[in-house]
Amino acid sequence: MRFMMIVKATEDTEAGVMPSQELVEAMQRYNEELVKAGVLLAADGLMASSNAIRISYPEPGGKPKITDGPFTEVKEIIAGYTLIEVKSREEAIEWAMRMPDPHGHGAGQIELRQVFDPMDLSGNPETKAKEAALREQLEQINNG
Amino acid sequence: MRTAAAERIDAIWRIESARLIAGLARIVRDVGLAEDLAHDALVTALERWPESGIPDNPGAWLMTTAKRRAIDLLRRNKLRDQKYEEYGRGAELYTVQDVENALDGGIGDDLLRLIFTTCHPSLSQEARVALTLRLLGGLTIEEIAQAYLVAESTIAQRIVRAKRTLSAGKVPFEAPEGVELAERLSSVLEVVYLMFNEGYAASSGSSWIRPLLCQEALRLGRILAEIAPGEPEVHGLVALMEIQSSRFKARVSGSGELILLMDQNRALWDQLLIRRGLTALERARRQGRPLGPYALQAAIAACHAEARTAQETDWARIAALYEALSRVMPSPIVELNRAVAIAMAFGPAFGLQLVDALASESALQDYHLLPSVRGDLLVKLGRMEEARSEFERAASLARNVPERELLLQRAADLGTDGT
Repeated sequence: MRFMMIVKATEDTEAGVMPSQELVEAMQRYNEELVKAGVLLAADGLMASSNAIRISYPEPGGKPKITDGPFTEVKEIIAGYTLIEVKSREEAIEWAMRMPDPHGHGAGQIELRQVFDPMDLSGNPETKAKEAALREQLEQINNG
Repeated sequence: MRTAAAERIDAIWRIESARLIAGLARIVRDVGLAEDLAHDALVTALERWPESGIPDNPGAWLMTTAKRRAIDLLRRNKLRDQKYEEYGRGAELYTVQDVENALDGGIGDDLLRLIFTTCHPSLSQEARVALTLRLLGGLTIEEIAQAYLVAESTIAQRIVRAKRTLSAGKVPFEAPEGVELAERLSSVLEVVYLMFNEGYAASSGSSWIRPLLCQEALRLGRILAEIAPGEPEVHGLVALMEIQSSRFKARVSGSGELILLMDQNRALWDQLLIRRGLTALERARRQGRPLGPYALQAAIAACHAEARTAQETDWARIAALYEALSRVMPSPIVELNRAVAIAMAFGPAFGLQLVDALASESALQDYHLLPSVRGDLLVKLGRMEEARSEFERAASLARNVPERELLLQRAADLGTDGT
């Protein structure tokens, strides 16, 4: 299953202030860990929202409304993401806990979101029941 | 019901276990013992961390704890254990600094030694797969049993026996060198690809079996690419698995039927995995050695991945790649695929010539795809009556019901009078 670790924007990222050398190195080390563990799929940092646009549809069926950046609600802006492929939600949480504090000055925030995947049936109770039934059958065959 | 703590243990085990086991095995020279020590350290951590807080470097903490336990154990078993001398020396040779090295620079080498050990030729194929999934993948016995649809006790026994075989055979915890390396590496790659194919086949047969094995094989391949970056076939295998995985969502219909490559909805192909596959293939090429079987198969898969529509497929290039593949991995099945590519590139008559030349191959006598391909080519040449009997023959050889039905349908579509 895939998870996205989303790093939220801060006043600094929005102002285009570059992170400290120390943080950059910590992030690099962390990404290398992800690569060595075979879980990293993609990672990118985004530019400040000052050159972004927002497209909204205030009227149902109506025309889109375009708003130019920068946007004000900093905490709702994404500054970067890291996409990982792991075996369980717990594993994703472990990795997310190990990501360095992305800001370092009290405003760092990481959001962990699972990527929707219709093929991933592992969480489906029906699938689990089917698997359990089949395995029970197999245990009986193997034991008797 | 599993507790949250138990699930947390699994997650940390998953992330740390391979490195711990690999580092410890270098010290104690026994993967089974290394696994036990690693596990003990993890249990200790889970008892202590809730109060003391998680250390900054959990991996280093676990390694130090495990190493201390290793030394305690060796001292306690002083008289009983014949290996004491060895261990005792080992324990003194390896200082805290070594442990730290084992966690940083040297860890890739240890992991490589570990995978060469779990894929050792003295073990059966299925033991290699189970042991690799357990020690490198950090999967639980339960998960491995689920993936292979066998009883947990079967997998547990398989793993215990494998560890015993390695101990009894005094298999050195070393990565092979020189001429041996190529052979042993191909055994490792074979185990990984076997795992992948098992998952790939299972996910089509009954779509509710989760493709855990595919993901696991891909993850192992990605790890191998980092610890053995100079081996073109490692990148070739990764490329092949990435590109094949990119088609997961497109290869099964809503009702669970398999969809052939040329009929798949290419919009459903995972572009991220395709890009990763092409990058891995590029890494294989950059090693500056002739491409091996995995890299060539990946190059063929890449031709399909890069064609935006089925019509845009570069069949001439695919035919050339199959020809190269048949040189490094001669096989009548590769020849049959080459015949298909030639037919697509240069016309069905050329393909048919090659297929007819294969008719005498004993390995293909009961292979349903030979008459199936021949039927296809005959249809294109307008020889409907002959095509129909080929599809019927293919149906009689097909290995599963959906395939048989598909072939009978094709025969029926041609009509009784061959029109």
